[in-house]
Amino acid sequence: MEKAIKKYWPIFLLPTVCAFIIGFVIPFCQGLYLSLCKFQTVNKTTFVGLSNYGKAIADTLFQESFWLTVRFTLISTLLINVFALTVALLLTRKLKGTNLFRTVFFMPNLIGGIVLGYIWQILFNCVLSLLGKPLLTLDATYGFWGLIILMCWQQIGYMMIIYIAGLQAIPNDYIEAATIDGASPWQTLWKVKLPNLMPSITICLFLSLTNGFKLFDQNLALTGGEPAHASELIALNIYQTFYFRSGPQWKGIGQAKAVLFCIIVVAISLIQLKATRSKEVQQ
Amino acid sequence: MKKRNKVVSGILTAVFTVLSLAWVYPVFMVLMNSLKQERSITTDSAFQLPSSETFAGLENFKSAIDTQGFLSAFWYSLVITVTSVALILVFCSMCAWFITRVNSWVSKACYYLFVFSMVVPFQMLMFTLSSLADRLGFTSPYNICIIYLGFGAGLAVFMFAGFMKSIPIEIEEAAMIDGCGPIRTFFSVVFPILKPTMVSVGILETMWVWNDYLLPYLVLDRKKYTTIPILVQYFRGSYGRVEMGPMMASIVLTILPIIIVYILGQKHIIKGVAAGAVKG
Repeated sequence: MEKAIKKYWPIFLLPTVCAFIIGFVIPFCQGLYLSLCKFQTVNKTTFVGLSNYGKAIADTLFQESFWLTVRFTLISTLLINVFALTVALLLTRKLKGTNLFRTVFFMPNLIGGIVLGYIWQILFNCVLSLLGKPLLTLDATYGFWGLIILMCWQQIGYMMIIYIAGLQAIPNDYIEAATIDGASPWQTLWKVKLPNLMPSITICLFLSLTNGFKLFDQNLALTGGEPAHASELIALNIYQTFYFRSGPQWKGIGQAKAVLFCIIVVAISLIQLKATRSKEVQQ
Repeated sequence: MKKRNKVVSGILTAVFTVLSLAWVYPVFMVLMNSLKQERSITTDSAFQLPSSETFAGLENFKSAIDTQGFLSAFWYSLVITVTSVALILVFCSMCAWFITRVNSWVSKACYYLFVFSMVVPFQMLMFTLSSLADRLGFTSPYNICIIYLGFGAGLAVFMFAGFMKSIPIEIEEAAMIDGCGPIRTFFSVVFPILKPTMVSVGILETMWVWNDYLLPYLVLDRKKYTTIPILVQYFRGSYGRVEMGPMMASIVLTILPIIIVYILGQKHIIKGVAAGAVKG
């Protein structure tokens, strides 16, 4: 059978692989090469070696946006997962209206980041102006926490769905056995439910960490990095470096930043997967 | 004990009702403001319900549709989403089948590259991808789906391949012994089995493509084509007087079809997301 299928590779494999080469492989390799060049367009390049990386790391805006992104990602991951897990545990207790709540909490995920950012900008500005505080784009602290609130509002529903699926997959016998052995609900949660939920926790941590690091649309729409780049996360910083800085050197530096960003995200994914996979319970 | 349980679940239901209302409120706020007159939409009155003085009827919606290019943006978004998701579903499932059934270094290399591509952030590719698309002429809503097929292939192939490993190979072997070629085996035997995964992948990719902002913004010919996220961003990004009324109306018109689709298919959507995540 394998041989018969193999002969048909131009039909099965080729279309996707061709598109993948255009949509990913070529731009990726070219991006790697361009990070070593000074360029304005893809055709006119001068090789400058690693100096772009030096300039990228020395750029204080880049450093600031990096640390801001780290803070943002850690806080939002923690909040999202704690709340989503709590909601999931409560919603699997056979309450009335569980389905309705689930539907409502998941809803924000379907609305795009740009639209979400815009809606929340109007909402936050109204609250702030009623409180007599400066508007969102004038104070970076509000911008930062606003973004966290927005992300929680959007992502809790998504993670909740994954946790609920995980909780429902735990065989009822385990929980019954624990109750018969005299375990309190609290012990059942820590000793039975959570260890069996490890695969879901892995996925959710992974998703919220990478979502936080890659966040772009919401950042652009909510504050646009204002005031003076102080609420700019790393993805937006790279975008600004590419398209809004004048001077022939900035595109190369932007590409170098993008490569560094890519390495960070890939590294996080690898470490994270390895760390939580080892804690999973074998069923 | 039983009585206590009842009280607890009563309190929980109340808490969740309040939370749900809070969750819906931002969307409700926009709807409210889209019905107000232009001059009554101000920063500090965004929470007020439209009164008889400030009520504008459907004026804002009319102006959004007539003058702000909403309809064409909606059409382009629809074209891009439908073509891209259809291509992804058909070609990525075929590709995933080949990869799981043919055991060679090519399949393995493809698989790991696809998985790798899921993690790479778009900023890494944005400049080179948009200039490549420009040179190849993939800059209209009718052929940008090729770019989406390439960039979205990672997740789709990964999910399809994960599911295919669990399909017993004997079914396909039986079909082949009965005289089906690989193409017929795939389309009349494997394709129907894949239906649940198709729904998951389709929903995830639709959510992504419909809401995607940066890729179409950089790749599409901006003078001719806008999609809905680009249109909304234009409203905000344009300097000078922003027409708040039509903008609110556009947001409502953007959200409305999504909510309708969601309410109709919420069971599938929620199940699809859960299934997708468990395999991912």
